[in-house]
Amino acid sequence: MTAVPTHCPYCALQCAMWLHPDDGVAVEPRDFPTNRGGLCQKGWAAAELLDPGVRLATPLMRDRRDAPLRPVTWDAALDRIAAEVRRIRDAHGPDAVAVFGGGGLTNEKAYLLGKFARVALGTANIDYNGRFCMSSAAAAAGRAFGIDRGLPFPLTDVGTAGTVMLVGANPAETMPPLAGHLPRPGDGRALVVADPRSTPTARAATVHLQPAPGTDLALAYGLLHLVIARGLADHAYIAARTTGFEEARRVAAGYWPARVERITGVPASALETAVELLAAGRSRGGTVVLTGRGAEQHSKGTDTVHAFINLALALGLPGRPGCGFGSLTGQGNGQGGREHGQKADQLPGYRRIDDPGARRHVARVWGVDEADLPGPGLPARELLNALGTPGGPRALLVFGSNPVVSAPDAGRVQRRLAALDFLAVTDLVRSETAEHADVVLPAAQWAEEDGTMTNLEGRVLLRRRAVDPPPGVRTDLEIVSALARRLGHRDGFPADPAEVFAELRRASAGGVADYSGVRPDRLAAGEPVYWPCPAGGPPEGTPRLFADRFRTPDGRARFVAAEHRPAAEETDETFPCHLTTGRILAQYQSGAQTRRSPTLREAAPEPYVEMHPLLAERLGCADGDPVRVVSRRGTARAPARLTERIRLDTVFMPFHWAGEQRANLVTNSAPDPVSGMPEFKVCAVRLERDRP
Amino acid sequence: MTHVLVVGAGMAGARLAAEIARRDAAGRIDLTVVGSEPHPPYNRVQLTELLAGRTTWAGIALEGPAWFAERGYALRLGTPVRAIDRAARRVLLGDGDTLPYDVLVLATGAEPVMPLPGPLPAGVFTFRTLDDCHAIAATAARAREAVVVGGGLLGLETARGLARLGARVTVVHAAPRLMERHLDDGAARILRRIYAGQGIEVELNATVAAVSGGDRVEKLVLSDGRTLPADLVVVSCGVRPRTGLAAACGLRVERGVVVDDDLRTSDPRIHAIGDCAQHRGVAAGLLDPAWEQARLLATRLTDPGAADRYTGVRSVTRLKAPGIDLVAMGESGTEPSWDDDGPEVVVFRDGGRGVYKKLVLRDERLVGALLLGDDSTAGVVAQFFDRGDRVPSDPAALLFAGWGGAAPAARDAVVCRCNGVTREAVARACTAGARDLAAVSAATRCGTGCGTCRADVERLIAELARTSVTAG
Repeated sequence: MTAVPTHCPYCALQCAMWLHPDDGVAVEPRDFPTNRGGLCQKGWAAAELLDPGVRLATPLMRDRRDAPLRPVTWDAALDRIAAEVRRIRDAHGPDAVAVFGGGGLTNEKAYLLGKFARVALGTANIDYNGRFCMSSAAAAAGRAFGIDRGLPFPLTDVGTAGTVMLVGANPAETMPPLAGHLPRPGDGRALVVADPRSTPTARAATVHLQPAPGTDLALAYGLLHLVIARGLADHAYIAARTTGFEEARRVAAGYWPARVERITGVPASALETAVELLAAGRSRGGTVVLTGRGAEQHSKGTDTVHAFINLALALGLPGRPGCGFGSLTGQGNGQGGREHGQKADQLPGYRRIDDPGARRHVARVWGVDEADLPGPGLPARELLNALGTPGGPRALLVFGSNPVVSAPDAGRVQRRLAALDFLAVTDLVRSETAEHADVVLPAAQWAEEDGTMTNLEGRVLLRRRAVDPPPGVRTDLEIVSALARRLGHRDGFPADPAEVFAELRRASAGGVADYSGVRPDRLAAGEPVYWPCPAGGPPEGTPRLFADRFRTPDGRARFVAAEHRPAAEETDETFPCHLTTGRILAQYQSGAQTRRSPTLREAAPEPYVEMHPLLAERLGCADGDPVRVVSRRGTARAPARLTERIRLDTVFMPFHWAGEQRANLVTNSAPDPVSGMPEFKVCAVRLERDRP
Repeated sequence: MTHVLVVGAGMAGARLAAEIARRDAAGRIDLTVVGSEPHPPYNRVQLTELLAGRTTWAGIALEGPAWFAERGYALRLGTPVRAIDRAARRVLLGDGDTLPYDVLVLATGAEPVMPLPGPLPAGVFTFRTLDDCHAIAATAARAREAVVVGGGLLGLETARGLARLGARVTVVHAAPRLMERHLDDGAARILRRIYAGQGIEVELNATVAAVSGGDRVEKLVLSDGRTLPADLVVVSCGVRPRTGLAAACGLRVERGVVVDDDLRTSDPRIHAIGDCAQHRGVAAGLLDPAWEQARLLATRLTDPGAADRYTGVRSVTRLKAPGIDLVAMGESGTEPSWDDDGPEVVVFRDGGRGVYKKLVLRDERLVGALLLGDDSTAGVVAQFFDRGDRVPSDPAALLFAGWGGAAPAARDAVVCRCNGVTREAVARACTAGARDLAAVSAATRCGTGCGTCRADVERLIAELARTSVTAG
């Protein structure tokens, strides 16, 4: 077999690669506008997970809760799931069966899973781990611009911008090939980074703003204040293309530099420098403002994203050539995964499930009565918290997610899973969540199946089958199809990705994320296709949004204003430090995959607690000493890692590890009132020395 | 429906309105704000920036008439209050109207102190309001010689603003050092030097004996007999709480209107917040207490069960002027001493660069700080001060950004982060025969991620080649 062009299984950059199936499935970087022929360590090591030795090879089932998981046939496993679903549904109603999906699933899988939940299960309760990822950015972009596409322009625009601002994003470690597009010292361009940690990304910045965790909202208003005060706002643009400026301006009038310095800890002089660079970039190739999870994973994440959108709008950036606002999507299909119906409040095509027109359209495509479609279900955090409670779901089907490690306040999630009547997990590895399941189904993975992914730019990409799955392993689509058949739906749930994609295109037609004009032959040829791509429109879809109008009803972008407020949990005498969490280069998400890759395990074998040497001195511990990070919710353990590159009052833990090393045992699930995003990025902790 | 009447549309009154609006979604409060100035509420703290041309009305305007109207609140501007009739629970306005109240909030602010003997000729101003600012700016446009009387925060900011407008500026200050309530001698000397460097003369231990001129001011006569030419004089000698209304209706007034932890005056239906209020003996005259009081009072008015009480807040003083970074907080004036019972005072002084930094520590907590000439740690220091956290074991970390203490050296010399390739791995590849970037990349994957390390790796390869030749 010749080399197969495909894309990396990990983050939303979806780096292009060749797979050489005849050469032990060798990976070779492939030139592409986003990764420009680059791959990080994760991409290079991706094929290690194809090894049958590290993954699930057969369905597993336990006969009773206290019995061990044992190998069973596919028929036995699927029959058991169908029987449990029917039993629980008959006893407790359709909403008692819930589905939890993932942002790594292909568009086809996300689509079919949403349909499966609404049609085959009849449940309102489907949500996914993307709620923990992009929901704040999505909510804000949807309100401000009328459409949520992470980058409303190709990534290459970042590469030509004179000034780029990154807020709570560390692409040098989380999506390394993207860093090649960023300004770097000496190239005449400017990089402004806001991050409580001096990350590799921040160290390459022209100016690094180092706010206390949980204060990005005040930082944004401090910058907006200076843009207005110094006469750098684009008032012609504001008048012609936006609404709501006056309210944002009024709020910003209360965020003069001295006050913002005190709230955020960012020196007033640094605020001034940042604003000068943001304004100057407009005439030097463009200014781009980008947020990441650091700004978004807060109980005020949506307001924070709005605040940076307000800043971008006041500078006149969105829709102007070379300029704009965007959010860096995290998970592989974090973009497409949120468009096609696995969100509690959405139908395919980024339609609202409570919109009568949307329900009518999708019901027609699905051949069901629109009155039979459920309404909005519980968002992820509420869904997980409701499991096994009176009136809450009693069965959960998990696809491609590992909430025991990745959800906030993970100890509580674990207790909720234990309270279920039935848990089924479909994954490619025996994840920590799978360990709690009654039935575990082994799924095929990236190089073993066809499908489409939508990258962080809204570009639709083709992922290709290069090798066969191991015997005994099935694709997610085959699994959903088989379950639907057992639940009485012989038709409507095809296992063939091309067939599902054809239906997805029809279902999305006329929606916000319109894929109806996406031609599979164009994808196969590697030609660019960006959604929205309505049938009959340009075959490349819409690479750049907002040139003429925004997608709001009146065509104008919206300023949305809100005051700064403290984090849901502030530090005090008992818990005097902030904890913030994040990703490191050689691991990914819950680590279920990357911890099983020998190369990546060697590169990053264990978690750590990053802290300032002077904090460590107070604690009486040296580099490498074991410490406990304790919050009101739980305790995580890891060795100390000393670095002066973090604030004195803040510690950092990567969240890729399981068991007692789980950062999410400590994190706070306090939700954003708009997006449901939990407050992963800041909580109050105390540090204790651990026994060696 | 509770009718809340706020007397004063300054920063405290407007903030109270905004805080109530945020909390009273149910619309249980009927709010009226009465202000004596003709302008909608604005950010008074930024007036010196406005004078200096570093902000505009758009940068300082707070809740305006449209904001009030949208929320169904009333805003009456240019309307002084003549009297409070506590028995009838109503307020008599200057225009003859009366307004009833269920709850009355005094946010009447403060008025500038004018120590100069009158009558005063034109061209002499105090600086408190937007109208003052406009008048000063208009005069400054024609002025050649400006004198600022008072070397406190406001006076120094004003002096800098006037200098930017082109006048020659002299600051006349009665005390032996500038900002004597905030600065110690060392910092004050450096600050004076910074001002001199910007062309602003400072006369210390100097008071004004007389103002002379006909229609317009011409010169100031100092107590020691010297004269200073002046066609513009701005008097900045502090403020006093505006308490006349409160005193006239029999409320308890000392320096300010006396309030308890519920921000109540001696009449439980009347509250006072901001510069006019005196809480636990302190009439602060600063913004931080005013806004915290507004927040707390709004909470109490919208949620009678709220348990929060006002117990005072810490204030940080920040001099705003281009080219001058000065932050002072708490016991910032404390001089270093060897007294065992006194606070520990940590000082860094670099007169040549105009940098002076000081921390005042007691029981490992920051009780005061002074940062002049370098604000890189100002925010972090303010946060330690605000939160009362224990300071780092080496307090230098609060004086110098990036102070690492005992941080270990970079744990390994990684040259390509994307692929975790160390210097040593590149050397091994070179030893094994790789001679250029392509060969080293093929062997190690180095440079195959974001590509930003490629130039460094090429340099490293060249360096390794040189050393191996030498070794060979």
